[in-house]
Amino acid sequence: MKYVDEFRNPELITKAAEEIRRLADPNRHYRLMEVCGGHTHAIYRFGLKDVLPENIELIHGPGCPVCVLPMGRIDDALAVAAQPDVIFAAFGDMMRVPGTNGSPLEHKARGMDVRIVYSPTDAIKLAKLNPQKHVMFFAIGFETTAPSTALTLQRAKLEGIHNFSVFCNHVTIIPAIRAILDSPDMRLDGFIGPGHVSTVIGCRPYEWIAKNERKPIVVCGFEPLDLLQSIVMLLTQLKKGESKVENQYKRVVPWEGNRAALKAMAQTFQLRPYFEWRGLGFISQSALSIRDEFAEWDTEQRFHVPGIRVTDPKAAQCGEVLKGVLKPAQCKLFGRECTPENPVGALMVSSEGSCAAYYNYEHRKVNLLTSISV
Amino acid sequence: MSVGVKLGNLVPKIRFREPQIEMSHGAGGKASRRLVEGLFAPLLFGASTDPLGDAAHLKINGARMAVTTDSFVVKPLVFPGGSIGELAVNGTVNDLAVSGAKPEALVVTLILEAGLRTDVLQAEIQAIAESAQKAGVRIAGGDTKVVEHGKADSMYITTTGLGAPLAGVEINPQSVRPGDKVLLSGPIGDHGITILLARGELDIEGDLRSDTRTVFPLVSAVVQAAGPGVRWMRDPTRGGVATSLNELARDCGLGVILFEDSIPVHDAVRGACELLGLDPLHIANEGQFLAVVAPEFADAALQALQEAPGGGEARIIGEIREQPAGSVLVTTLYGGSRIVDMLVGDPLPRIC
Repeated sequence: MKYVDEFRNPELITKAAEEIRRLADPNRHYRLMEVCGGHTHAIYRFGLKDVLPENIELIHGPGCPVCVLPMGRIDDALAVAAQPDVIFAAFGDMMRVPGTNGSPLEHKARGMDVRIVYSPTDAIKLAKLNPQKHVMFFAIGFETTAPSTALTLQRAKLEGIHNFSVFCNHVTIIPAIRAILDSPDMRLDGFIGPGHVSTVIGCRPYEWIAKNERKPIVVCGFEPLDLLQSIVMLLTQLKKGESKVENQYKRVVPWEGNRAALKAMAQTFQLRPYFEWRGLGFISQSALSIRDEFAEWDTEQRFHVPGIRVTDPKAAQCGEVLKGVLKPAQCKLFGRECTPENPVGALMVSSEGSCAAYYNYEHRKVNLLTSISV
Repeated sequence: MSVGVKLGNLVPKIRFREPQIEMSHGAGGKASRRLVEGLFAPLLFGASTDPLGDAAHLKINGARMAVTTDSFVVKPLVFPGGSIGELAVNGTVNDLAVSGAKPEALVVTLILEAGLRTDVLQAEIQAIAESAQKAGVRIAGGDTKVVEHGKADSMYITTTGLGAPLAGVEINPQSVRPGDKVLLSGPIGDHGITILLARGELDIEGDLRSDTRTVFPLVSAVVQAAGPGVRWMRDPTRGGVATSLNELARDCGLGVILFEDSIPVHDAVRGACELLGLDPLHIANEGQFLAVVAPEFADAALQALQEAPGGGEARIIGEIREQPAGSVLVTTLYGGSRIVDMLVGDPLPRIC
């Protein structure tokens, strides 16, 4: 497969791993944060920790949209969906995320009309097919998915589809990175920058991290070679004492981002004054709401949304894991009360959640003899 | 599964505590196993802890026979490369084959929804007849029930199969030893991805066909070439290769190491899995099987498979090790590795 096979080439991967060993100062411990949940997943899926030297520690960042969403938002959406003739439509990875009284999928088994869609336009299709019902699309994601939600809202307005609304949970990445850097218990040497988000926002918005915070950041792709090359680039900067924004994912990410996508977002969304993030608390101007021009298609303006606020189960330490303060296995519930099958927290549900990735691909490896030679 | 039920001292210990049945209980993964082992086995088989195999081998009045049953609820009824009728024959035939038996006869039960068109039904009965002939099994009987319109989706089929145990081979996960090789009969994921694409819910097109077929000729080739060395076989249907091998790892208490680069996967399946975030190891197959063979017999078994019609893409994809006990580990050429668990949840309901 083009753009996949060449970035999984064993020879090139081995070479990049050697380069990392050569660059890493054995007397130094490196803490690099991969911001994006897609990277966390790739790191575990491809077993990249096995090829990195021990003094390079990868800290999992807050870039998993399902994980950072507080449980109250799911409860809110389920409260709307519990009304007669409402269809709850969402991406597959939302389906097993626990609300206070169960996940959307569990509600479906109890009779709620819950549908998996693969894009917001599928939700519009669903609305057209079910004119007597109201389709609520549960929109979630960073700048990666926000443009497609924006275009869907514009289309709904243009075509006059009135039995459709969006429950908007879109968040923005920069305030989350700022919150991480402001957190006193975080000491990081550099960032593996988000790939998909940057296709939309470009690389410029990260410049303050390099200039003001003096941390290198490399925007990175999702194949094993991408990740290793980005680590090479970060170590090279650190060795020279530099802090720059670099773009490893040039085949996809333009430096200036995608103007058309940004324009669609600006026409449709506005910044919320503040929004709650799991683990990070309330962050100002960190999320998007739907502009008044689209009020008819905004679930929150059209329906009564209870605005439920619930705290995570006390014993669960999702917040600490999200911030990178704890490793998944250090949470008291990990692998016991909380497993991918019976998740207590969202980090155990989403494939991009660090707990699910760690549980699925890694945790039983820990006791494994290192002498697996194939 | 050979089980001795002693009703006198039967103390069923029901461990299944979930309040209601979810789609995942039918997905063939962890939840299915919990349901079968936690509710069905204690009530039906008592304290027996024998691993649950693909078919039960019984001795009745001195005669040995293998029996199994399977139900089919696939949606859509017809898909590239096959249909529900063909699956209903091949699925049950394959369960018999990988238990080490020659499939001999099938009993077919139909549950039809009122309003089902006769031409649709006739096409499926024809598919059953043709697949049965291809697989060399006779249809020994059947039953038909009709339910009200809206109470079943067109048609469901249950087939029960009878087979004659093959001489010279015994399938038992507990006989698996470190050093044994894991063989796979051909590329994985074709069936599951074909069904997913055939539903037309995704705007993805791919040139793919279901792999549904009888695997008995291939199983027979392996048994003839390596009979005494064949320890375990399984057709990786729902839950895919990962789920079948996790069951093996648990039943034998050993580790299964897979070499990622030797696992055959068609490009269209890889592409669809990349796009959808699925792992081909979790995708269902309807015409492949896995075999664990003692190392000294592995080359002979592989050669026999590759020389048999339809076995050209067979590979040795891994081996059994002491560690990681009870788990499946996939290794890559560059030295990375990851655990592959059983399927959790159900990404693709009603694929067979």
